[in-house]
Amino acid sequence: MSPSSRLASARATSDLDVPPAGAQEPAGHPDGVRATARIRAAHNGRVTTLPQLRSDGPFHLRRMRTDGNAATVGIIGAMSAPLGGDRLTLDITAEDRAELEVITAAATLALRGPTTEAATYDVRLTAGEHAHLLWLPQPLISAAGSNLRQTYTVELAATSRFVLREEQVLGRADEEPGHIVSRILVHRAGRPLLDQQTAYGAPEPGWDGPAVLNRHRAVGQLLVVDPRVHVRRGPILLGEGIKDGCAVLAPLANGPALLATAVAPTTSILRELLDEAHAHAFTR
Amino acid sequence: MSRAALLLLADGRFPAGGHAHSGGVEAAVAHGAVHDTDSLEAFCRGRLHTTGLTMAGLAAAAAGGHDPLLLDDAADARTPAPALRAAARRLGRQMLRAARATFPSAELEHLATARPQGAHQPIVLGLAARAAGLAPVDAAYAAVYENIGGPATAAVRLLSLDPLDASGLLARLGPEIDDVAAAAADAATRAMTEGIDALPSASSPLLDITAEQHAAWTVRLFAS
Repeated sequence: MSPSSRLASARATSDLDVPPAGAQEPAGHPDGVRATARIRAAHNGRVTTLPQLRSDGPFHLRRMRTDGNAATVGIIGAMSAPLGGDRLTLDITAEDRAELEVITAAATLALRGPTTEAATYDVRLTAGEHAHLLWLPQPLISAAGSNLRQTYTVELAATSRFVLREEQVLGRADEEPGHIVSRILVHRAGRPLLDQQTAYGAPEPGWDGPAVLNRHRAVGQLLVVDPRVHVRRGPILLGEGIKDGCAVLAPLANGPALLATAVAPTTSILRELLDEAHAHAFTR
Repeated sequence: MSRAALLLLADGRFPAGGHAHSGGVEAAVAHGAVHDTDSLEAFCRGRLHTTGLTMAGLAAAAAGGHDPLLLDDAADARTPAPALRAAARRLGRQMLRAARATFPSAELEHLATARPQGAHQPIVLGLAARAAGLAPVDAAYAAVYENIGGPATAAVRLLSLDPLDASGLLARLGPEIDDVAAAAADAATRAMTEGIDALPSASSPLLDITAEQHAAWTVRLFAS
C-alpha cells in the first residue's frame, strides 16, 4: 500500500477524533506516518471518566466498557503500522484514582515499508496517586525486513498500581525477524525502578546466541507494580530447562514490584508462561 | 594517569573475587547451550553487547565523577534478577576492600560507609579507576574485559577446553571490545549533561532467567 493510500484509509476509518483534512499532516519522514494518540483517564469522585480519547494515524481508540469504577480502552489498528519511517506515539495517562485498562484488538505487525529507515513507536504511560493502569496489548511481531525502535517511558506515583505485559514475536512463521530495539524505562516516585533495552535481529551481534535468546523466537515481560503485592518472597522459576521456554518471576530492587521475564519457542507458550507468572504475582 | 594501574585493575589476580563467578556460563554449559569454543564465543559476544555494555557504562560514569549512589540505583534498575544483584554487590564489596588498600581515596571510603553491604561492582571498579587517575574509557575497558574474560576462563574449567582457544576467542573479540568500551565512555559523557538515563541498559533475557535457575541449584562450582 502506498503512503498516500495508507493515510487516506486512516482518514476513512478514523472518526471525529481526527482533525479535519488540511489541519494535519505534520512533518516527518516523507514516507512515514507521524501520529500521536492520547488517552487520559480521570476520576470524578465516583467513577473513572475519559476526558481525552484522541485517535490518530494507525491508532483508532474505542471505549470498550465500564466495569464498576474502571474504564477500558481498546486500540484498533486503522492502518498497517509501524512501517519504516513512521513516528508513532501513544500517550496514556491515568490521573489520580482513575482505573484504566488499555488493550489492543490485534497483534501489532512491524513491516519493512517504503524505506529501510527505522520506525519509532513510543508508548508513554503515566499513573497518578492511587491510580491503577494496565497496559495489556497483543504481541508485537517483528516481520522480516522491518526496523523498529520501541520505547516505553513509564512514570508512576508512589501509590499507583501498574501492570504491563509486553510480548515480542521475532519473525512471522519460519522467517528471519526484522531489527527491533526496545527499551523500557520505569520511574516510580522519581527513582528508577527498571531500565532495560533489548536488541534482536540482524545486524545486532550475538542476539540469537546462547547468552541472549538461544534461538527462541518469542520473548516477553510482565511488570507488576503494586504497593499491596507481596514482594519479599524469593524468585519463582517457571518452565523446564531453556529449550522449551522458561521464565522467572522476581522482585525488583527499588519498589513494590515484580518482573517476569520469559523466552519461548512460540507465542502461545510465551503467553502461558506470562499468564502463570501473573497468577503467581497476585497469589498471596 | 598510570597505565600500569589499568593492568592491575584488569588482572584476574587482583584480589577482587571475580574468579568465583562464571558470568552465566555455568548455567549455559549445564543447558548444553555452550559446549565448545564456537558456542563459547557466541556466548561471550552476546554478553559483551548486553550486560558488558551496561556494566561498562556504569563503570565509566563512576570513573567520570558521577554520584556513585545514584549510579548504584541505576545499576539496580538495570539488574532485575535478584541473584545478579546479590552477585554484583558481593563482588563490589570484595573489590572495595581490595581497592581501598590499593588506591586509597576519600570517594572509596565514602562509598564503603554509604553501602556497607557493597555497591554494584562496576561502580566500585569505576571509582577505583578514578582514584588511580585513570580515564572513564579505561574503566570501561576493565569492566568489559572482565565481563567476558571471566566466563571464558570459567568455561575452560567447566568444559576442559584448550586455554589457548579461549585466548584466541578473546583476541578475536578485541575489535568489538574496543567498540563497546568506546560506546560506554561516550554514553558516560552524555550522561553528564543528559542525566543518568543516558547510560546504556542493554540486557539479555536468558542471562536474567538462567541466573535465577543457577542460584537455585544445590550444587554448583561457581557462585553465579
